[in-house]
Amino acid sequence: MENGVITAGLEKYFNPETTEEVKVTEGTHAASYAVGLARVKVISAYPITPQTSIVEKLSEMCASGEIDAEFIKVESEHSAMACVIGSESTGARSFTATSSQGLALMHEELHWAAGARLPVVMVNVNRALGAPWNIWADQSDSLAQRDTGWVQLYAESNQEVLDMVLQAYRLAEEIMLPVMVNMDAFFLSHTTEPVAIPKQHLVDQFLPGYNPKFKMDIKDPRAFGGLATPDRYMELRYNIQKSMEGALDLIPKIADEYDAIIKRHHGGLVEEYLTEDAEYLLVTSGTITGTSRIVVDAFRNKGIKVGLLKMRVFRPFPVKVVQESAGRAKKIAVIDRNISFGQSGIFFNELKSALYNLETRPLINGYVAGLGGRDVTPSTIEKVINHLIAAEKGEDLIWMELNYESDEI
Amino acid sequence: MSDQVLTKEDFTSDQEVRWCPGCGDYSILAQTRKVLPQLGIPKENIVFVSGIGCSSRFPYYIDSFGIHGIHGRAPAIASGIKLANPDLKVFIVTGDGDGLSIGGNHLIHLFRRNIDVTVLLFNNRIYGLTKGQYSPTSERGKITKSSPFGSLENPFDPIKMALASGATFVARSVDREPKHLAETIKMAAEHVGTSFVEIYQNCNIFNDGTFESLTDPKIKKDNIVVMEEGKPYIFGKESDRVLAWEDGSFSVNMHDEASSSLVHSLANSNSSVEFALAELTMDEHKPTPIGVFRKINKNTYDGLLTKQVENVKEKLGSGDLEKLLSSGNTWEIK
Ligand code: SF4
Repeated sequence: MENGVITAGLEKYFNPETTEEVKVTEGTHAASYAVGLARVKVISAYPITPQTSIVEKLSEMCASGEIDAEFIKVESEHSAMACVIGSESTGARSFTATSSQGLALMHEELHWAAGARLPVVMVNVNRALGAPWNIWADQSDSLAQRDTGWVQLYAESNQEVLDMVLQAYRLAEEIMLPVMVNMDAFFLSHTTEPVAIPKQHLVDQFLPGYNPKFKMDIKDPRAFGGLATPDRYMELRYNIQKSMEGALDLIPKIADEYDAIIKRHHGGLVEEYLTEDAEYLLVTSGTITGTSRIVVDAFRNKGIKVGLLKMRVFRPFPVKVVQESAGRAKKIAVIDRNISFGQSGIFFNELKSALYNLETRPLINGYVAGLGGRDVTPSTIEKVINHLIAAEKGEDLIWMELNYESDEI
Repeated sequence: MSDQVLTKEDFTSDQEVRWCPGCGDYSILAQTRKVLPQLGIPKENIVFVSGIGCSSRFPYYIDSFGIHGIHGRAPAIASGIKLANPDLKVFIVTGDGDGLSIGGNHLIHLFRRNIDVTVLLFNNRIYGLTKGQYSPTSERGKITKSSPFGSLENPFDPIKMALASGATFVARSVDREPKHLAETIKMAAEHVGTSFVEIYQNCNIFNDGTFESLTDPKIKKDNIVVMEEGKPYIFGKESDRVLAWEDGSFSVNMHDEASSSLVHSLANSNSSVEFALAELTMDEHKPTPIGVFRKINKNTYDGLLTKQVENVKEKLGSGDLEKLLSSGNTWEIK
């Protein structure tokens, strides 16, 4: 497989009708190509490992005239988010990207973007937070931004990164809320995979130009960001919640529309793999999912009914879908590449609370693995499943493969 | 421990130095290790604080206390350390990315407050750690990965920024001038108040040769003027040129014994002269000054704070939390 050539046999992955070319590319660049295809008008960012190559590529694409966008390099991530808040307010489709500490530094502005109902799209490369310093994969950065009013999506492959960014703009601009697309540091950001670049006219058909109802326009002057007194503020929060709930219907719809035009589908709110008759259900997000598929197959070959539920969306949390899919299983294992200190893995915690109102509740175990970029190998996942099968009662927090002699497995 | 005579080996940690071979940072490290024993300060009273960037690996390599801090925040962390324990000698190691972009705000407020810490800013005019994007000191037109057709931004001059924000010791040196560098770091470290040293540092991987005109032995004498106390600003391969002070700025004249020109005097500091000297840096027809631009004595924030606490204690006595809580408007719930 080379850049630009669809070799025989690969048509089922890369539809020749809808594909302009296939690029062998890393996750960061897949994001950059998507931003180009989305005809983004303003890009603002500050470099941080491992996000840097997203913006490097974009600045190259802007400078060469390949895309018609303004690239604004600023002096910190806080400024980058402020900058796209400004540009979105004028009605310009905007983009930024960051990682880890950079996302943490944006925190204040994240609330603002959502509260001001600005459909910014950001790619966050999931990386651990310091101290101590660590630049590798970990979801604690984005999950710490849970309550900011941003939609959060998690990709499994570089192709999904590209498709997700395009779908993110459609979603953001329909619900008028910002969307964060997350990919694992290094496992996606710096790993090359073949990625189909869809034809521009098809993307244009899927994602038309952006023209918001309210924007900074000298012909129609308005004030933005004013004070909302206690008799108004709560309703504005209610509206955000309603839009978030609306996203639960929209995300699968948009994925279907994308499929109809571009001919590719990665799932809606979740992707279910062999869940229909699964007794034991593994729940994952990000790149751990890819490894898990292989392990699930291996168990199936032994006649053990294991299924896989991939979480594509964390905010809004898809409670109903989780209840339907996970509710069927006898036992559930959630693998988290993150931890909420004093509690448990964060996906686990949300999942457990989603299942609480079911009449018969499955046993559910929470496994924390792969923090700070440690490998989660097929053998790690095998251990998880075997531990789950043997479990007699649910456990909230099981540490996987600690280099301590303690209660981990 | 503190009576012992220390050597540079005492300040050498067991960490493997992980800068690129040939990086200018090695020279700065070597000179700093050489200066530290000369300060007569016990190792355990020295702290190195850094932010993020190649420069910010520095604390690992010095055997003293150290913090590898958050992007841009070293001045804030250092301020906290110095105020909580004024007995410590605090160094901040930063770079043009860390110190002037993401942490620019902290740096100017550090200068303004005149907290007694020493700042070493490694200026390589590029983001090295993130692999070569233009920085706040990159020249306009600079072609980098984030500015493939040339940067449109005007660069910062860190010296002017330090002077304008009120740093009380402001100097510049070059990685390739080890003797000058060591002397400058020593003076900065001995200064009471915020001392700032901009160090021109070659990043041989992403911005090689950016200071070549100041480091190439064949031409550097024509391009550098070394500011020395009590001496006129003579420069040139043949020491044949001099900076002459005319109408509030410097021009280049031929130097002959008869000519009288302004001599460098830190004792009679004059901010017009300081700024005029700093201004030369961006002027491609004039030499770049290295040495000390300013050294003045002013009250330090930490000194004033300690005094204020003592004064208030003297007047009002030591604090009493119980009393404070039951002071002002109180009421009784019956
Ligand atoms: S990238 Fe440049 S500044 Fe950083 S260690 Fe290498 S040579 Fe030095």
